[in-house]
Amino acid sequence: MRILVTVKHVPDLQSNRSFTDGTVTRTAEDGSMNELDEHAVEAALQLVEEAGEGEVYALTLGGPDAVSAVRKALQLGAHHAIHVSDEAVAGSDVFGTAMVIGAAVRKVHAEAPLDMVITGMAALDGLTSMFPTALAAELDWSQLTLASAVSVADGEATIERHLPDAHETVTAPLPAVVSVTDEANKPRYPNFKLIMAARKAEVPVWTLADLGIDPALVGGGAARATVVDASERPPRENRRQVTDKGEGGRELAEFLIEKGLA
Amino acid sequence: MSTDTVAVLIEHRDGAVTPPSLEALTLARSLGTPIALWLGDAPAADAVARLGEYGASEVRVVGIGDDARLPAKAAAAIAAATEDAPVLVVISTFVTKEIATRLAVLNGAGVVVDAAGASRVDGRIETFQTVFAATWNVRTRIDAERAIVGVRPNTTQASPAENPGDATVTQVEVALPQTRERLVSVEPVEQGEGVPLAEAPVVVSGGRGTNGDYTLIEEFAAVLGGAVGASRDATDEGWISHEHMVGQTGTTVTPALYVACGISGAVHHRGGMQASGTIVAINMDPDAPIFEISDFGVVGSLFDVIPQAIETIKAHRGE
Ligand SMILES: Cc1cc2nc3c(=O)[nH]c(=O)nc-3n(C[C@H](O)[C@H](O)[C@H](O)COP(=O)(O)OP(=O)(O)OC[C@H]3O[C@@H](n4cnc5c(N)ncnc54)[C@H](O)[C@@H]3O)c2cc1C
Repeated sequence: MRILVTVKHVPDLQSNRSFTDGTVTRTAEDGSMNELDEHAVEAALQLVEEAGEGEVYALTLGGPDAVSAVRKALQLGAHHAIHVSDEAVAGSDVFGTAMVIGAAVRKVHAEAPLDMVITGMAALDGLTSMFPTALAAELDWSQLTLASAVSVADGEATIERHLPDAHETVTAPLPAVVSVTDEANKPRYPNFKLIMAARKAEVPVWTLADLGIDPALVGGGAARATVVDASERPPRENRRQVTDKGEGGRELAEFLIEKGLA
Repeated sequence: MSTDTVAVLIEHRDGAVTPPSLEALTLARSLGTPIALWLGDAPAADAVARLGEYGASEVRVVGIGDDARLPAKAAAAIAAATEDAPVLVVISTFVTKEIATRLAVLNGAGVVVDAAGASRVDGRIETFQTVFAATWNVRTRIDAERAIVGVRPNTTQASPAENPGDATVTQVEVALPQTRERLVSVEPVEQGEGVPLAEAPVVVSGGRGTNGDYTLIEEFAAVLGGAVGASRDATDEGWISHEHMVGQTGTTVTPALYVACGISGAVHHRGGMQASGTIVAINMDPDAPIFEISDFGVVGSLFDVIPQAIETIKAHRGE
């Protein structure tokens, strides 16, 4: 079982996230691996362990700091790390991103076939959940997204997915792009020996030239949509807080009535 | 493509047009001439009348059943049925976001999902959305010739068209591609009474502070005409089913009123509700982060506060 996991370096959820020139501000100190990608790494490790053989590749796309995301994956037990980094990729939309990561996946796949790419269901910065679908389309592989459980048998992957209106079971032949939710598993803790090894691990950096991609096809210039304005929202005004000394419920009701909400 | 046709993917339940679909049609009217796209069995006359009332001049019906649940099939069907429409509006859900992505790969469209609105500026579609747990406002221009906009429920006020006409119904035959994915089973989720969470105008959510007892939360939601939500800790405990979870990995909600009861306001939870109109919090801990984003906060026990609030509201209504 050979699985590639995509992991993303995102601004820390607790930090003051912001925009610069229409793209998300990236700083070295406050970034971390997208939390949901821990579930993707865990799903990959479990499938390899169940199969009794195999390897997990962790791949990230991003500037120099993004390497911390694949190092985190190595700490969790991924066997190999790849960092795709090229200034020309900056500002890419989801389709440009899928083109670049798709080319990197094909490069690994050409060395020895992969069975799966596993991703988190969303990156907690943009939250659009579009990337796994875009990657499956780019690779022309099976698409099994939003999985809360994944299994593999006889060259096919089967997932369960819980949508608001129905629980689905979907199956498709390998190779497949699978995205997992935080219901899929409980990520393991980094292992001390692996933490030390991850720190020293050589992580190859692949550029667009290594992937044979024309820089004009990606980046902000090729994006199908452009952020034209980004501004911080003013904080909520006229906020009120009361302490319940026996009248809290009444005060709350009066607030709702006054606002026409009750 | 010289037309200003705006196709709207209609969401329907048990044959009835859902409220977000009427919002989407209202938004589409401000972008061009709306047509309604209906996947499934042909709509009944009252549904067609409803769509006409909100401005659809035509209802295109594509008769695919459960296949519509596979994004690759649904996208192919929509692409074939809306070739003449440069703009497509869908209601942002996990499923439509996947369909929109597939469709954009097929037809080169630019896509913005989770938008809170859209307008036409110099012939291009511009969207408005809030990001980073509603702490930033962003405007995005779609530069591609085709545009797909996913709008969030409760972000446009639905209103009937000024000059509604009769919508004509056209059955469209499309050849569906083979897909690798196969649906093995689809088990419908029991829809409780009342409005579904994502489109409810009021959401009352309970977290760990409920201690597993949702009676008061349900009662308060009923009084306010809303749906019941929950934090992940509450769904993880099995106190309430997963479909009720609000947050980054659960349902994103943008109701006019959000009431958080016994919820601390972890960033993951806030990401799914912070864009709500008015936010009310009831929490025993005066330092709970939920108070940082609430318009009205009550420091106290939900078991004391909710019954009194319900009683006061009922008394006010003369019930
Ligand atoms: C990758 C990831 C994704 C996540 N996604 C989500 C998500 O989508 N949605 C989500 O909700 N969480 C999500 N979480 C979990 C999130 O981080 C929090 O753990 C969770 O939201 C906490 O739930 P809670 O507020 O109910 O519980 P707690 O944080 O334990 O808060 C309970 C609150 O209840 C108060 N309280 C106790 N008793 C009473 C009473 N009688 N009356 C009033 N108040 C009382 C307490 O003061 C406390 O503030 C995610 C976590 C991860 C790691």
